[in-house]
Amino acid sequence: MEKVIRGKAFIFGKNIDTDQIYPGRYLELTDPQEVGQHVMEGADPGFAKEFRPGDIIVASTNFGCGSSREHAAVALKAVGIGAILADSFGRIFYRNAINLGIPLLVCSHIRDRAKKGDMLKVDLTTGLVTNETTGATAQAQPLSDYVMMILESGGIKPLIRKQYGQRG
Amino acid sequence: MHAVEKILAKAAGKEKVVTGEIINCQVDLAEVNDIYLQTIRSFYEMGGKRVHEPKKITFILDHYAPASTIQQAENQKRMREFCREQGIELLFDVDQGVCHQVMVDHGLVYPGMVLVATDSHTTIHGAFGAFGTGVGATDLATIMITGKLWFRVPEIIRIQLVGKLPQGVFAKDVILKVIGDLKADYAVYKAVEFSGPLLKTLGIAERMTLCNMTTEMGAKTSYIQPDEITREFLQQKAKHKYEIFFSDASYPYAVEHSYNVSNLQPQLAAPHSVDNVHPLENYIGKPMDQAFLGSCTGGRVEDLAIAARILKGRKVHLGTRFIVVPASQGVLLEAMAKGYMQTLVEAGATFVTPGCAACLGTHQGILAAGETCISAASRNFPGRMGHPKAEIYVGSPAAVAAAAVEGRIADPAKYLD
Repeated sequence: MEKVIRGKAFIFGKNIDTDQIYPGRYLELTDPQEVGQHVMEGADPGFAKEFRPGDIIVASTNFGCGSSREHAAVALKAVGIGAILADSFGRIFYRNAINLGIPLLVCSHIRDRAKKGDMLKVDLTTGLVTNETTGATAQAQPLSDYVMMILESGGIKPLIRKQYGQRG
Repeated sequence: MHAVEKILAKAAGKEKVVTGEIINCQVDLAEVNDIYLQTIRSFYEMGGKRVHEPKKITFILDHYAPASTIQQAENQKRMREFCREQGIELLFDVDQGVCHQVMVDHGLVYPGMVLVATDSHTTIHGAFGAFGTGVGATDLATIMITGKLWFRVPEIIRIQLVGKLPQGVFAKDVILKVIGDLKADYAVYKAVEFSGPLLKTLGIAERMTLCNMTTEMGAKTSYIQPDEITREFLQQKAKHKYEIFFSDASYPYAVEHSYNVSNLQPQLAAPHSVDNVHPLENYIGKPMDQAFLGSCTGGRVEDLAIAARILKGRKVHLGTRFIVVPASQGVLLEAMAKGYMQTLVEAGATFVTPGCAACLGTHQGILAAGETCISAASRNFPGRMGHPKAEIYVGSPAAVAAAAVEGRIADPAKYLD
């Protein structure tokens, strides 16, 4: 896993629920690439077109609240999200994203320090976020050892496979 | 320790747990619904071959009940096959209804259990003193493989409820008021307990509504101390022996709030956030294209009963669609036996078979751009029930029924004298 992530910022507000990240009308889709085509469609219909792998979402509080749908995390993973920085996250989304190996960092007031299109650098080891376009910096909460272990393993799936995959 | 901590400690095989600790818990029941084919995919992606304990897994086909597209049908077919292959007997098919109500109806929910489901409203089971929490597909697949899941022991918020509910005001109004005050992210990662004398006047259905919607303030789980009302309800139902846990008197709550509901008015969550809550009277007269009565939040017998009382001898307003979805087959049967379905359909309601229906915008009552809907369900996010430019107002079942009669938002109290 890359410990330093660089990508362009996409900015969102507070309470971006998983219905906005992945609208309910597409829940029957199961192929990750198809799922990815509708990423963030409920919040910004143009997002999927503009987004490039490695880009970073910056949001205010409670990003990913609402429905437990893992499609939200699957969609972001499928398009190659670099990281998500927010004041706080909905708890099920947080678990889903970390399980899939998406770096999520709690970073207070990050939304005030980045504009759409700014180039951000995120150091996952230290939690330091640098806005390379403006020079501003912000300190995210460092990831817990447990979360870091999951991310370094590429998500929870390789971990469980290693521990339990031989059974039965 | 708090009762919730005692439940978690027992499930983790520990004497004691403390707030913030990460523990690995045995899960008593894990439920998968039909938007989660990914659960089966994740199961195999993680090297799963046989489900750890098939008796502790249940599949409930509710979100697409019955299937409206070939893709939905394929997903459900794959789930039925998986249950057969894995010896999972607790498969509830498209005749049964919304997962949470189905599990309650079938006696699978009991105090002191750890219940994990691929649905955010799993907090509802706090109404029975269970630890209920929602997860995604891969966490659920982890349970299918290992029988366990990790949790962080949450801080616990206590909300004391006192007073007497006025005419036309219900548990739904109470929880909307709480969410409006405390906001959508107030309880993220935390547990919410309801206590206080008001609970003695609230039946299981209203307690379920309270606990259900703690999800809308971000809660991991919720809790109501089981009492005589709980025991009596479970007497006929519970399929398991259960242990009731009690909190130590010295337990330090993270925060305590108190609400006196005696002067509470009917509340509405206005578009497009569940914490955008205002008194219903601010919106009286606003035209509604649709009124939605259903879901795990507002589709129980008691909800249909209040609607039938309001609609009895009246008609649904011309130009307004009144969608009625009993939460489960059990609810439907009881509502038929008591004549509620007859009353509602005669009044002009559109009856939809038990399931999640339009609550999450997949089918059976989708909204067009610019349309308005008053809903007894839990969410009014942009696009939740269809077009992102539709407007959803979340209120009590009585407020929904009153709006169905008038075709516009109305105070339900005047229909309840």
